[in-house]
Amino acid sequence: MSQQVIASTANKARSLSLEEIAEIEHEMTLYPDKKAVGLEALKIVQKHQGWVSDASLLGIAKYLDIPAADLEGVATFFNLVYRQQVGKNVILFCDSVSCWIMGCEGIKGYIKEQLAIDYGETTEDGDFTLIPVPCLGDCDKAPVMMVGPDLHRNLTPEKIDSIIKDYKNKQD
Amino acid sequence: MVANPLTKNIDMSRPPLDIAAYEANDGYQSVHAIAKGLSPEDVLELVKGSGLKGRGGAGFPTGLKWSFVPRGDNSPKQKYLVVNADEMEPGTFKDRMLMEGDPHLMLEGMIIAAYTIQASKAYIFLRGEYTVSEQALRKAIKEAYERGYLGKNILGTGFDFDVIMHTSAGRYICGEETALLNALEGKRANPRAKPPFPQVSGLWGKPTIVNNVETLCNLPGILTYGVDWYHGLAKGNDHGTKLFGVSGKVKTPGCWELPLGLPIRELLEGYAGGMQDGLELRGFLPGGGSTDFMLPEHLDILLDYDEIAKVGSRLATGTMIVLDDKTCPVGMVGNLMKFFAHESCGFCTPCRDGLPWVDQIFRDFENGEGSEKDLQILHDHVTYLGPGRTFCALAPGATAPLGSGLKYFKEDFEKHITQKRCSYKH
Repeated sequence: MSQQVIASTANKARSLSLEEIAEIEHEMTLYPDKKAVGLEALKIVQKHQGWVSDASLLGIAKYLDIPAADLEGVATFFNLVYRQQVGKNVILFCDSVSCWIMGCEGIKGYIKEQLAIDYGETTEDGDFTLIPVPCLGDCDKAPVMMVGPDLHRNLTPEKIDSIIKDYKNKQD
Repeated sequence: MVANPLTKNIDMSRPPLDIAAYEANDGYQSVHAIAKGLSPEDVLELVKGSGLKGRGGAGFPTGLKWSFVPRGDNSPKQKYLVVNADEMEPGTFKDRMLMEGDPHLMLEGMIIAAYTIQASKAYIFLRGEYTVSEQALRKAIKEAYERGYLGKNILGTGFDFDVIMHTSAGRYICGEETALLNALEGKRANPRAKPPFPQVSGLWGKPTIVNNVETLCNLPGILTYGVDWYHGLAKGNDHGTKLFGVSGKVKTPGCWELPLGLPIRELLEGYAGGMQDGLELRGFLPGGGSTDFMLPEHLDILLDYDEIAKVGSRLATGTMIVLDDKTCPVGMVGNLMKFFAHESCGFCTPCRDGLPWVDQIFRDFENGEGSEKDLQILHDHVTYLGPGRTFCALAPGATAPLGSGLKYFKEDFEKHITQKRCSYKH
């Protein structure tokens, strides 16, 4: 029974793109066991697609010969593997202790107001997704957040305004 | 002589030194010293003699940890060095500075560690969010290969050493070394049972040393300037310098390299400039989110592993989180409990079910719905989640601010119950 389920879902696996395969193959040279590359492969696909769909996850599982359930176990374990579609820019908002002391709740409220999204939600135009992140390790410049790969420090409502504007302009 | 070996090259207003500039400031001298005839045993003795303790939080003597790795012809051929660069302890921001500010220092430390345990391969387990560190390290690695400090037959020693970058995807539990190894092997990052310890059976069952970034950054100085110089750096019983950070509502939050053994007061009131105007110091966590609160009466205690342990806390990461008198202590502990509940790997029951329970009670307190019975449940969890009751140290870490918070800020908890609200909210 379980064999059949795996076989039938495997048919829905999206083929990995040549670029993705090349990057995964490179990672495979760095580890003695190809199963170790599962997380790297998920991140590679996410880099290209923006998120990891069921079809992509199955594609990776098949390619690396990892049971799909095991790979899903890894994918759902890590905060930064997105198993749902996200916006063009992911805001990782630090709400850990130092940022909390420095008033991050007010900043979060301001973002929520400006973008009309709460944690786990994406703006209607698909520009931003807001996600909480544990301590970003920049506590002397709290409150902080990341937008994509970029860190933004000493946040104030005015800074949030200009950050949102900058990322919107970047895309246009 | 050099007084700040960890930060002597760091100026965050410019990019880190490239390899030529790094070499010009005594960089990679330790590798040249090795090439001139230091054996792995020699290096091990130097590091043991230095008294260096691990800077990741636990404070275990580095030389002793290394000495558990099997040596000799009958030992497994493949050994691994793993750098724990997954900095994620709440309130901790020191390894970021080292990697962004002087990536070659960590690489030099890695070569020393790997040579000592004869590991031909290292993985840098880097926090995925540290994108600037990743770029700085990748560039430094490339330069070090080009200069012959990495790769085959380093400086004619016959020692081969490759460094591989692994960026993680954000889970605090990966800071636990056996969970980190599972993550590197591509598995869910649940901790492993110990023994066997990683030094004997770690990554893919091979002898493995996991060292923190700052620990590795201490090594080049020890080899280049000597053990006596290293002992001369500190003021108290511990050896060397350490990065100390302060966050919270102080005048000048930041991170500084200081000798171990200075009074806490000098850090908080001197370097961090004291409390912001109009605020009083209520307490502080001395070394990240999983340390016990300390109070203003503890300010004259020395920044030293044993001295801080005497008052029931830990120096741990050395990055302090300051609580002021206008911030709710219950809210602060509640914020930490939310973090620990979220980051529990879910493997063992006390942690998986206990921490969310604690977290929920703190939310109830916040909303004015906390009761005496809830308070008792919190007290009970200090025991239930404490050392020896769980599979790893995550939940016991959570009980540090929980237990000490309940003890030191008892009145605030009571007030939330009697007033049915948080009186710090306006």
